[in-house]
Formats: sequence, C-alpha cells, structure tokens
Amino acid sequence: MEFAELIKTPRADNVVLHRPFYLAVEGTLCLTGHHLIFSSRRQDNAEELWLLHSNIDSIEKRFVGSLGTVVIKCKDLRIIQLDIPGMEECLNIASSIEALSTLDSVTLMYPFFYRPMFEIVEDGWRCFLPDQEFELLTSVTDEWRLSCINKEFSVCSSYPPVVIVPKSIDDEALRKVALFRHGSRFPVLSYYHKKNGMVMMRSSQPLTGTNGRRCKEDEKLINATLRPGKRGYIIDTRSLNIAQQARAKGGGFEQEAHYPQWRRIHKCIERFNILQESLIKLVEACNDQSHNMDRWLSKLEASNWLTHIKEILTAACLAAQCIDREGASVLVHGTEGTDSTLQVTSLAQIILDPRCRTIRGFESLVVREWLQAGHPFQQRCAQSAYSNSKQKWEAPVFLLFLDCVWQILRQFPCSFEFNEQFLIMLFEHAYASQFGTFLGNNENERSKLKLPQKTMSLWSWVNRPEELSKFQNPLFEANSLVIWPSVAPQSLQLWEGVFLRWNRPSKFLDEAHEEMINIIKYNKELQAKVNALRRQLAEMETDERMQENL
Amino acid sequence: PPSLLFLQVEQVKLLDRFSTSNKSLTGTLYLTATHLLFIDSSQRETWILHHHIAAVEKLPLTTSGCPLVIQCKNFRIVHFVVPRERDCHDIYNSLLQLSRTAKYEDLYAFSYNPKQNESQQVKGWQLIDLAEEYKRMGVPNDYWQLSDANRDYKICETYPRELYVPRTASKPIIVGSSKFRSKGRFPVLSYYHKNKEAAICRCSQPLSGFSARCLEDEHMLQAISKANPSNRYMYVMDTRPKLNAMANRAAGKGYENEDNYSNIRFQFVGIENIHVMRSSLQKLLEVSGTKGLSVNDFLSGLENSGWLRHIKAVLDAAVFLVKAIAVESASVLVHCSDGWDRTSQVCSLGALLLDSYYRTIKGFMVLIEKDWISFGHKFSDRCCQLDGDPKEISPVFTQFLETVWNLTEQFPQAFEYNEAFLLQIHEHVHSCQFGNFLGNCQKEREELKLKEKTYSLWPFLLDEQKKYQNPLYNPDFSPELTLLEPNTVSFNFKFWRNMYHQFDRSMHPRQSVFNLIMNMSEQNKQLEEDIKELEAKIKQRNGQPDAVLLKEHKQPSHPAPMTLKSPPCFKKEQPLIPVNDAVRTIEGSNTADNRYSEFVEEFSKAEPAVVSLEYGVARMTC
Repeated sequence: MEFAELIKTPRADNVVLHRPFYLAVEGTLCLTGHHLIFSSRRQDNAEELWLLHSNIDSIEKRFVGSLGTVVIKCKDLRIIQLDIPGMEECLNIASSIEALSTLDSVTLMYPFFYRPMFEIVEDGWRCFLPDQEFELLTSVTDEWRLSCINKEFSVCSSYPPVVIVPKSIDDEALRKVALFRHGSRFPVLSYYHKKNGMVMMRSSQPLTGTNGRRCKEDEKLINATLRPGKRGYIIDTRSLNIAQQARAKGGGFEQEAHYPQWRRIHKCIERFNILQESLIKLVEACNDQSHNMDRWLSKLEASNWLTHIKEILTAACLAAQCIDREGASVLVHGTEGTDSTLQVTSLAQIILDPRCRTIRGFESLVVREWLQAGHPFQQRCAQSAYSNSKQKWEAPVFLLFLDCVWQILRQFPCSFEFNEQFLIMLFEHAYASQFGTFLGNNENERSKLKLPQKTMSLWSWVNRPEELSKFQNPLFEANSLVIWPSVAPQSLQLWEGVFLRWNRPSKFLDEAHEEMINIIKYNKELQAKVNALRRQLAEMETDERMQENL
Repeated sequence: PPSLLFLQVEQVKLLDRFSTSNKSLTGTLYLTATHLLFIDSSQRETWILHHHIAAVEKLPLTTSGCPLVIQCKNFRIVHFVVPRERDCHDIYNSLLQLSRTAKYEDLYAFSYNPKQNESQQVKGWQLIDLAEEYKRMGVPNDYWQLSDANRDYKICETYPRELYVPRTASKPIIVGSSKFRSKGRFPVLSYYHKNKEAAICRCSQPLSGFSARCLEDEHMLQAISKANPSNRYMYVMDTRPKLNAMANRAAGKGYENEDNYSNIRFQFVGIENIHVMRSSLQKLLEVSGTKGLSVNDFLSGLENSGWLRHIKAVLDAAVFLVKAIAVESASVLVHCSDGWDRTSQVCSLGALLLDSYYRTIKGFMVLIEKDWISFGHKFSDRCCQLDGDPKEISPVFTQFLETVWNLTEQFPQAFEYNEAFLLQIHEHVHSCQFGNFLGNCQKEREELKLKEKTYSLWPFLLDEQKKYQNPLYNPDFSPELTLLEPNTVSFNFKFWRNMYHQFDRSMHPRQSVFNLIMNMSEQNKQLEEDIKELEAKIKQRNGQPDAVLLKEHKQPSHPAPMTLKSPPCFKKEQPLIPVNDAVRTIEGSNTADNRYSEFVEEFSKAEPAVVSLEYGVARMTC
C-alpha cells in the first residue's frame, strides 16, 4: 500500500495529549492511512481520540531536548498538542501526518475506504434528485420544464445534468445563452414562490465585454419568467465598480437598454481571499485568550467577519423582499455564480420557504443550491483557518452561509426543525468527512469519481433516526410565515458554537441546554398523561351514564 | 384614581427610533402629574414616568411639526413630532419642570399609592432584615461583634447604625480609625465567610497623604487580620487605578503604606472613577443609538466607549477578592476613594460569587440592601433623583447589574432570578416609585420617614416572582457557599442588548426560547396539579361506583379588562414576559402581535423604485 510508505513510525508509546480545558493524558499514538489514533491506557478512564488526517489543517513541531512536541491544528478549528518522546519518532510522525493530510489525489481520500458500520435504510445518493424537485413544482405551475441539455455535462461543466428552465425556451436557445454567460452558467430556476408565483433565478455574469455584446436569447429567457407588465430585479452581488471592471475581462452586467423590464441592484458581497483572510483573522482573535477587551474588540472588528455576515444576510433579505413584498421575480448573479450567488439564493429561500427550515428541506436546499449548483467545495474547503499555504481558491463561503443560517436560527429559535449541532456537523463534513457528499467541485467531477458507487452519502448516515434525534430542535413548531431577520449589528452575534467551541469550557452551558430539553420532554409527557387520564375519566363517565340508563 | 391631566395634544406622531424613512404612529399625547402617556390609533399605550426622563430636546421645526426627543434613564428613547410648535413648547417646558424635582417629597414614591393598608406597608419594609442576614452569615461570633459606635450616626453619617467589627476593635480604635478615613468610613464587615472564617471588609481611603499615620487605623486593620484564625495575612484592595490613588495623596488622602501596617498585602485593581464611567456610558449610547450602524462602527464604538473593559475590570476585581478568600482563606479589606461606588461593586460581586444565597431572588434583594443601600451608595446623586450636580451622575449600579447579567450568561443554572428581574430592578432604581433607593444614605432615609410615607419595592417583586424566576435554575447546582469561578477572558463579555435596546423590539429575536421555557415550566406545574386531580377523581369513581355524576362547568377564563389611563404600577410594557398565555405562540403567526405586523407593513407598501427598496432593507435592519 502507498500509505505504508508514508508511515515510518506507525506507533509511539508514552505520548502525552494536551487539549484545552482537559487534563493531559498519556497514551499510545497510532497512525493509519486515514487516521491519527490516540488511546490512553488508563483502565479507569479509557479514552480514544480518532482524528481524520484530512481534518488536519496544519502541523507544527518543536523540540526540547529529545522530547518532541507536535501541535496539530484542525479544520474544525480545534488545536491539540502531542508530546512524543524520541526525536526520530517525533520527526517521523510529524512528516507522516503532514504527508497524509495533504494527499493530492481525491481517490485516496477516506470516503473511498470507509465502510459503514450501520445499515443503510435510505441511500442518500438517491435522495433529492432534480426530478423529485420538479414534480413538486409541476403541482403548482406548468410554466417550467426540466431540460436535459446538460446530460453529458456538455453545455456547462459546473451544472447538473438536468436543470429547470422556462417552458417557452428550447434547448437550442439555451445553448446560445450558455455561450453568453460566464462558465456557460445560463439562468436557471432556483426557487418558485408559491404564494405569488414569483421566481428566483440564478446564473453567472453575462459576457457583454467592453463593446456591450448582447444575446437576444438571454433577454428572451429571463423575460420569459416575468408576468405581463411586471418588472423584475437583477441582484448583482458585486459593486457597480467591480461589475464595470469585469467588462474589460469579457464579463459584465445586463445593460438597462437591453433589459428594460429589469432593475439592477448591486449588493456587494466579498469573495475568495478576502473571506479566507477574514476567517483566519477571526480565528486568530478567538484563540488568543490573553487579549484585553480593547484588543479583542478591535481584532473582532478587523476580521470583518460579522460585516460579511451582515452583507450576505442583507442581500438575501433584499432578494426575499423583492419576491415576497414587491411581487417581482429576481435574477441573482455575481461573477461565476458559484459562491455569493448561492449564498443569496439559498438564504432567501430559508427566509421565504418554511420547507427549507425542516431537516429534509434544508438537506435538499444544500444539495440543490450548493452541491448540484456547482459550489466548488473541494477547492473552497481544502484548507481552513490555519493554512499556511497561500492557495487562492480556499474561501469559507459555505461556512458563512451556515453562520447566516445560525443567525436566523437565533432570531427564530422555534421555526427550524434542526438545531445548531446540525449546522456545526455540516461545517465539519464540508471540510473533512468519511462521506463522499462534499468531495469534488461539481456534479461532473462527482460523476467521474463515481462517488455514488464508491462512497457513502452523508445523508444516508444523518437521516437515520438515531442520528437525526441529535439534530432535532425540541422547540420546533412549523411556522409557515416568511421570517425577516434583523441585520442590525446589535442583533448579530459571534457564532460561539464554532469559533469559541474549543476556547472555553462549555460544561455549564451544555448542562443548561440539557435541562431545557428535559423541561420540554417533561412537558410532553405530562400533556400525554393528562390527555390519557381525561380520556379514562370520560370513558368512566360514559359507562356510568349507560349504567344509569339501563 | 385618574391622575391629574395637565395637557392633551392630538395628532402627535411617534417616530420609529431607527427608521430611516420616518415611519411613525399617530396618536394622542397626554401629560399627567406623574407620566407622559401616548396612545396610538390602535389604542396601544406608551407610558413614560417623568422621573425616568434623563433629557428632553426640542429639535428645529420641520414641515410635519415640531420634533421632541425624550431620553430616558431606562434607555428608552422616544421621538415625537407635535403638529403645533406652541403645543410642543408647552410639553417641553412642562416636562423640564416635571422631570426635575427639587425636593424628595415631590418624588413619585410619596404620592404612589398601591392600595395597601398600613400593616402591609410596615410588613413590606420588614421583608429584608439585615440583622437576620448577618446572623445567616454567622456573626456575631467569637471574632466579630455588633458595634454600637454609630448608633446615632455620630461616627459616620453615611454608614448604617448597625455595624459589625472585630471584637478586639475597641471604641477608641474605631473612633481613631474613622478620623483617619475619608468621610469617617472606617473598616467594617461586609461579608463573613463562615467556612473559611475570612471576611470581606470595606472602608474609604486613608487620609495618609504622603506620610501621615494613624495608630488606631493600624490597630483596626490588625484587629481584622487577627479576627481570622485561618490566615493572619490580609489583603487590602484599593479598587482605584494606582495613578488616581497616588494623586489623592496630594490632597491629604491616599492609600495604605505597607510598611506601616503589619501583615497586609496591598493591591491596586484599577477600576476607573464615576466620571470615566459616566462618559463611557454616554459613548456607548451614542454608538448604539446610531441609525444605519455598520458592524465595524458598532464594534469600534463599543471598543472606544470602554464600557465592556470597565465591566471586565469590575468582575476581575471581584474574582481577585474571591480568590483571596476561597483559596487563601485570607480576609480582604476593600476600598476606593469614598468607599461607596467601586467598593460596593466589588464587595457585592465578591459575595455573590462566594455565596449562593445571593443568587436567589430574596438573597439578591438582601445583597442590594446591604452593600448598596445600607452602606450609602449615593443612589440619589448617581441616578439624579433630584435636580442636582450632573457630575455626580454615574452608572455604577447599572454596571453591577450588568456584571451579574454576564454571570447569569456564563452560569445559566446558578441563579434563581432571570434577566427580567435585573431589568426590573434597574427600572425602579430610577423610577423613584418606591422608597428603597431614595436618598443617599440611611440617615437621610430615616429623616425622610420613607418607611411611613413610601412603599418598599421588594414585596412587590416577590409577589410577582414567577416573572423573575429562571426556569433553568438548579438549586443543587450550587449548594450553600459554592464558589462561582467565572471565565473573564474578554470574549465572554457581551453587549447587553436587552438592557440598552430593551424598547427597540425589532432588534430582538422574534421568538424567545427563554420565555417559552419559562411558560412551559410554569405549565408543567399546572399539569402536575391536573394529573393529581384527575387521578383523584378516577380513584374516587373506582371506589364509589354509584357516585353521583358531577358535571363540571368550566368557567371560561375572561381576561380582566385593562384599566386604561391609570399609570402602571409596574412598567406596562414588560418586554421579556409575553402577556399571551398560550405556551407556544410564535411571534408573527399571531395577527394580534403588532410588532411583527408592523414589520410586515413596512414591506407591503408599494415602493417599486430601487432606492426605496434599499431603504426597505435599511428599515429592516432596525
């Protein structure tokens, strides 16, 4: 095996594990192809730590005499320290971890080796197929059709094989529109608002270039989504300035003259390296316990993380507002239409559509608006906050989306079927997982990797009742309303469950949460009991009455 | 009784504080002897107590009328537009007069009549008994005794009559020491930890100047250290920044010279003075009141205000004190300059961390009575009860409540009371509706005959304690004398939105987990009763099969009709407690909930232009 070559020292004894807020533990360290395993020998309190190599974001080593220390920083933001006796062992282990955590071939990743220990009730790879989604749509409207134009990924490499487009637009026209849009991402349906029949579409930027190219089919396509006499809004997730600069590189934006029925709104959302830097700064600030108040607040500010949250939420609210309040259809795009566009379209759906606030509905949203829509997970989540390498494709776009969902969840804690743990779990699996769901950058790559055949879907695991119960919000009560979050800075909070998770003891908060769940459970029990007793009493009364009548 | 109506103005607009498009409610403004009342077209009432008014401002005339901005001490800010300038002028002048009271007898507490008889009034004042409290702590005992030195306020006017001192501190020592301390505030017992046999003592700064000594004062400190058999070393905590303390030396005041006192360890802890705190809060309110605030302006404003830094400094000081007692069993003497601001903060928080009694509803009342009211925190001056020196105003007590709130966030199960309790106390510290917080010290309160002429707040809070109970409270979490060890890393301190934006509903979560759990645990008690009742009935039927059939007529419960236009005994709008009795009401699903429909209204206006759309979101941000 190739892995064996990378592991020179597969095992070390008398290793000491340090974690914040826990006592140091001595034990044995083992390296396997995909895991770092630490097990303490203490009989009374046996403990095992399994860490996926792919979860390791960076590793540092240092020596004091012959005692080596390895500091491992994980993509889920945890930091652990291992004291390994013996310089050679320590060096070997460090270099193995380094090599194993940076494997460049996807097919060597753990999901290809993982064999589930649970019975698969429902294959997650078969859930959330576009046909099912379309069926739901056809029950309310017949203005749309399912197009198989991208069957072999021949028109757009980052789109799924089937997409939903206006019925009046044929595949021939779509092919022409694809040529006019960045990365061939022609406008497709993202969301249909049942309440008023308005829609949200998404695409990439039009390739107008400096000389203002136009494409009749593109204009026809998006106009086909408007009701007669109605206007629509184009939400461009770039500032006007950046959109104008894009023309020099062949990109651009919809000219009003050519799209007279559309109003363009620029809502700038930051991208790529700016977001990645923001994450790095935020995590740095959260990890330093020695900061005095002024320094902490200024570091939090300098990270700009909450500013990004506010920008994204505001853009999503705007899209939702256009649809629900203004009764207008919306087209959302930025440059490629694979990042900020998806943040906006998916969050707008959470605001508008109660279904997206259920567990199934949210999973379906992640599949539709992120996985099938071609958010390049593998590039974006290759490294997290501790990466040293300056690769330019990493960005916490999905984490920001999850954070925004958390902010809405905080403001409407009873309107979501899932809890915070569910969001944290998705964050973890997007960065490192035994499941194949988040591998690859789009459906095309996933199909080439034969992920559905060779790996297990995250949903197959999550949707089992045993797991699901951990992610259910006991306070959930279906709320069919549109939920408008507040985006005032006083209403936005640092997502402690992710960013302070490893930085403070959470015992008291966890216990309080447990108590809360107990009160809710007890309430349900009591109600059931009262109902049962009432029924019993009523039956007795009827019996008595019957006896009296006899 | 209907309050005297001074003025009534129709067609007044109440503007949304954060709205960028001047969204407003129209209604009638009434001015009574005690309150300003606004009733909007949908009959919603906004009551503002005159004593709550911190500032009134008349802005330049606009086309729609004359704007009047009222800032309240409970951080409510209301913005009216009065159609006619003349009316506005009248209201403005009346409010200026009514909100500035010249003498105590004109405060609301002296006219407030909760329809209690005399014996209820007397009993109300007896609810908190400090002698009882010292007994609970374990004094008097072999080392500590009640001193009658200040029985007639002869030694210190701002101390209570009853003071506990070491047995070995004779009267001459007390007298001598008091002469060497600012305002005569000599070292006395604030809290006694019976397990550690260690004490928290408090005093004011010594009048040491650059070199003055006082043998009696040195003996006094020695007596305190000797009163602790567990550790003969004692800490002297000067809660001021070192620089301030040193500057005081030039004025003949200062701090203890370690060389002159045996067995003391001296420590500065650096809490800023009342003036710094006042301007810090001012800055905080400026930032939080800004329309269309960006995240970064908010965070940098929060930083520049220094507010959270001060809160952290106060808690850090309390943690230092608690460590000395809990870890080293050492007694601690705490002082600042006069020993009634920072000293009250640190002593009371220290006791709260050490003793779980103060984390109960009753215990918290006792703590406030002891360390704040009886030891002469100058509530009247700090809260500006009478028209006085604005430089004396300072949010020292607010900081104490905020620090406690931060602790409740870290230890959600350790406190019997909830946030609403803290907010309600804050409300009434400023309302001057009850006698407890009037005046600056006990002597003054006795002279005002408050116990005869006014009512105590505490029985009223106890009466409605259901509202203030923390449903997650677990008494087993902290048995007697269980130490709380808070984490004081900066990121644990948060902006207290429910205090500073209590009345800005759109900033709050639309569904409150806390209220839900509170209602649910209340409902659980009812259900338990129901079960008992049902089981008894079933049992009865089983025992007596021929029992006469009793048909139950359940009286549908009618909500008591609200009596309009009588000022609320308690704050009418209690934002943390939903009036609705349905346990699971989702805000927004209920059409009667105006807050949400208001919110929806904003969007339903036909505003097709892009610009107004942007405003739409801006409005949504607030």
